Amino acid sequence: MQLRKNVTSVIEWGTLLLSTSLVCFFLLVILYEICSKGSAVISWEFVSSLPKEGMTRGGILTPIVGTVLLTLLTALFAIPFGVCCAIYLQEYAKSSWLTRLIRASIRNLSGVPSIIYGLFGLALFVQGLQFGTSLLAAGLTLGLLSLPYIITTTEEALLRIPNSMREAALAVGATKFETIKDIVLPSSMSGILTGVVLTLSRAAGETAPILFTGAAFYINQTSLSVNQEFMALPYHLYMLSTQHQSIDEVRPIAYGTALVLIVVVFFLNLTAFIIRYKYRQHDK
Amino acid sequence: MNSKSRRCIDLLFNYIFKVTGLLVLLLLGAILAMLVYNSVAFFLDVRPADFITGLTWNPTGSDPKYGILPLVLSTTLVTLGAMVIAIPLGIGTAAFIAEYAGRRLKNILKPTIEMLAAIPSVVIGFLGIVVVGPGIAHIADLANGLNALNGAMLLAVMALPTIITVAEDAMHAVPKTYKEASYGVGANKWQTLRKITIPAAAPGIIAAVMLGVGRAIGETMTVLMATGNAALLPNSMFASVKTMTATIAIEMGEVPYQTTHYYALYAIATALFIMTLAANMLGEYFINRFRKYHAA
Repeated sequence: MQLRKNVTSVIEWGTLLLSTSLVCFFLLVILYEICSKGSAVISWEFVSSLPKEGMTRGGILTPIVGTVLLTLLTALFAIPFGVCCAIYLQEYAKSSWLTRLIRASIRNLSGVPSIIYGLFGLALFVQGLQFGTSLLAAGLTLGLLSLPYIITTTEEALLRIPNSMREAALAVGATKFETIKDIVLPSSMSGILTGVVLTLSRAAGETAPILFTGAAFYINQTSLSVNQEFMALPYHLYMLSTQHQSIDEVRPIAYGTALVLIVVVFFLNLTAFIIRYKYRQHDK
Repeated sequence: MNSKSRRCIDLLFNYIFKVTGLLVLLLLGAILAMLVYNSVAFFLDVRPADFITGLTWNPTGSDPKYGILPLVLSTTLVTLGAMVIAIPLGIGTAAFIAEYAGRRLKNILKPTIEMLAAIPSVVIGFLGIVVVGPGIAHIADLANGLNALNGAMLLAVMALPTIITVAEDAMHAVPKTYKEASYGVGANKWQTLRKITIPAAAPGIIAAVMLGVGRAIGETMTVLMATGNAALLPNSMFASVKTMTATIAIEMGEVPYQTTHYYALYAIATALFIMTLAANMLGEYFINRFRKYHAA
């Protein structure tokens, strides 16, 4: 009887452990496959030279530069916009039908599929505002995609600031804006930064929104102009693995690109993790 | 600075903040307007009934057919397949993290789930081509493994982090007193989990599943790369399918501006928007119900 009980409890526990191990196993398979085959082509030359001979040789400098510029542009647009909106909702707005509507639409926007943002970027920036397929149009599209996440995380960071700090500032004669600028924002900075960096890491890996807004198959120099098409790491990986005329020949480069992309994304995640960790230490 | 200019700045920023808030509202409005406008343009050319119940998607043929049904069925098939894999795994993992794992193990498992969530969808799609595809082709003895099953497996991986995180939060939020009462009458850990924790956390778990579904329906790159993209009515998990997202992604690059085909892609996007919205709203409804239930 006791034995049977023990056996069943081991089985029960084992089922849960098995599902957890499977999930971890998925991650390991992904990382192992990309790292083992990607590291074979990674070299300083690979990340610092232009693609050559129809991308079958050479490196991936152009997509790296493209992704960096694209992410910067996204940040430049989405951070001020998102932070201001969060400040409005958290510091100014009273609970009314208008703010409830704004919050509902933010929740909605965060669930809109990324391909629809791509269509919207195409209709608004590429065709409507005549930016053409360009770095600018793609950056703005990714900026819109990132907005709801930045607003939500910033709001959470602002919410953690105790009201007594605001009241103290107001009591010594600061205006509301000064209170926000000098007290609320500096003390919630690490929380805001964590959210921003995580959001940008997501934006850097997005492909669907830049499909029609400016990503290019092949460009043979690194362009630094916002009104031109660009290459980006995720789009480059997509093209190399599905659209290239000699897919088997470029497979090693595809692995290398995937590895670089994962490293970029994990690096951003690690940065966010460190900011959060330091902030918690600081709190204690 | 004198007090007048300080007050002016204060007022100015008051307006700036408010305008950004309103702009967000405008953004959702503009997305809706774009979808509606282009869909209306499409329905001037094609009868809505032909679109919704049409069994053929062939917009480039000599007699163009704009039936969305094969695409909707493809999306449904892949999403359902993904959920069959992801729901048991997700809930099992969530239960393990919430109830069994110690502090130290939790500190390892949570970042692991976050890492899985951080992997870009295009990388998962790439693995569908180089690992899962050949694997399926080998086991099932097919010419290639780019089919609904491949897409479903990848989407399961993409939806797992969402399901695990939300379900774990829900189980964690079940009051300790419930569990203690259960232990008090002699139930063991497993019985408590099955009879107390999971039922009490049920709305939160359903929410987790719905959010996972929303994620899977809207996902583009993985299905685009892994499902083979044949716009036919799917007849099995080994059939090549073309989901709604993949159709938009593939065909938008090729269609001439402002043709019926171009508008048709926006009509698909509208249907996609409604489907993800429904899944997310259901999820939100259950999360709110869960919160209310435990606040009382």
